[in-house]
Amino acid sequence: MIPPAFEYTRPTSVEDAVRTLAERGEDAKVLAGGQSLLPLLRMRLAFPELVVDVGRIPGLRGVREEGDALVIGALTSHHDVIADPLVRRHAGLLAAAAATVADPAIRHRGTLGGSLAHADPGGDLPAVALALDAELVAAGPGGRRSVPAREFFVDFLQTALRPDELLVEVRIPKTGDHDGWGFHYEKYSRVAQAWAMVGVAALVRREDGHIAEARIGLTNMGSTPLRAFAAEEALAGVGPDGVARAAQSAAEGTRPASDPAASAEYRAQLARVLTRRSVLAAAGMG
Amino acid sequence: MTRISVTVDGTKYEDEVEPRLLLVHYLRDRLGLTGTPVGCDTSNCGACTVDLDGVTAKSCSVLAVQADGSEVTTVQGLAVNGEWHPLQKAFHERHALQCGYCTPGMIMAARDLLRENPAPSADDVRHALEGNLCRCTGYQNIVRAVLDAAGSTEPSAQEVAP
Repeated sequence: MIPPAFEYTRPTSVEDAVRTLAERGEDAKVLAGGQSLLPLLRMRLAFPELVVDVGRIPGLRGVREEGDALVIGALTSHHDVIADPLVRRHAGLLAAAAATVADPAIRHRGTLGGSLAHADPGGDLPAVALALDAELVAAGPGGRRSVPAREFFVDFLQTALRPDELLVEVRIPKTGDHDGWGFHYEKYSRVAQAWAMVGVAALVRREDGHIAEARIGLTNMGSTPLRAFAAEEALAGVGPDGVARAAQSAAEGTRPASDPAASAEYRAQLARVLTRRSVLAAAGMG
Repeated sequence: MTRISVTVDGTKYEDEVEPRLLLVHYLRDRLGLTGTPVGCDTSNCGACTVDLDGVTAKSCSVLAVQADGSEVTTVQGLAVNGEWHPLQKAFHERHALQCGYCTPGMIMAARDLLRENPAPSADDVRHALEGNLCRCTGYQNIVRAVLDAAGSTEPSAQEVAP
């Protein structure tokens, strides 16, 4: 379908964008790559009065190191995230999960910041940001503030971003192979390119053949991405034989939806099975 | 209305467009370049795939205003002096189309793959085309055509696994 009519503006700086959002934020939608917003507009599920196209603001693309963190510009495309040597080295989980997002054409245009700010619990990257303990940096009229991923995802398609704020970068603590970290993103969907019915992002630090620390992010197990804290606790200290039992608690505290694709019970079962698989793969115990 | 300047298949166009105009509608309705079809209109099928500044994009998921200052190549811009692009030839020779609706998108997506990976395996081809649906389900010949165009030494037609 043809999108509803809207006004369009293309700010040339973060300050310019924030100023526009401060004036019109309640009636505006931010457009980055457009791979989530355009379908919403076309299906007439969103009716912004104003579309603020931040896609060409300079300085919001690319990856850099800052001490123990990687800093990724919000406009960095999935395609660029996947190919980036720093991401592959220090945040391999993100590269692996980004490679499963949609299809190549969408990965060319879709952005990391866009998919986090869109906050679809069925999107792959929100759960990954949770597992990585990422910090999301928002620019607003009063300057910048950093929001931990755990506080960022508030509800279905809702984030801690205020109407006058723009997500500008994502800071990810390094979790490299050299420090014993392993990762895996296990996604279950009916057909290639489909959204995850459930996805499990596993980040595991190994020590002497055991799991010293596990962080599990769950895709599509509630109205927001979730951490499987009970499973994480159960996984601490276990060896290969203990993973299956620990993974049994992966669905604790989750509230998955029932929809035509899957019942809540089926999703809970998927979460347990996929957590086992994902953790074993991440720990190199598979 | 917003003023845009876009180069499409080597020709520069200046136009006033409504911000909500999708790139695919701009190409088809304004420029008459109907070689790029509208398929599903939900970002799934990939029939409307074009090249936007050197990489593929689904032109139903791009606003014409987002393409301002950009270079677009459609399937209609692939032939040089009437000489078909190797992918076009291969699709013809391998009978890689039935109804033909998905073909422009398949060719554009395959072209993108061959730029990044000039010697793909059959599996690489299938993954690269995951965003392009053929509802005639003619995938076998599409994969064969892409491998042919790559001059690949992959197994011949009969040996490509389903």
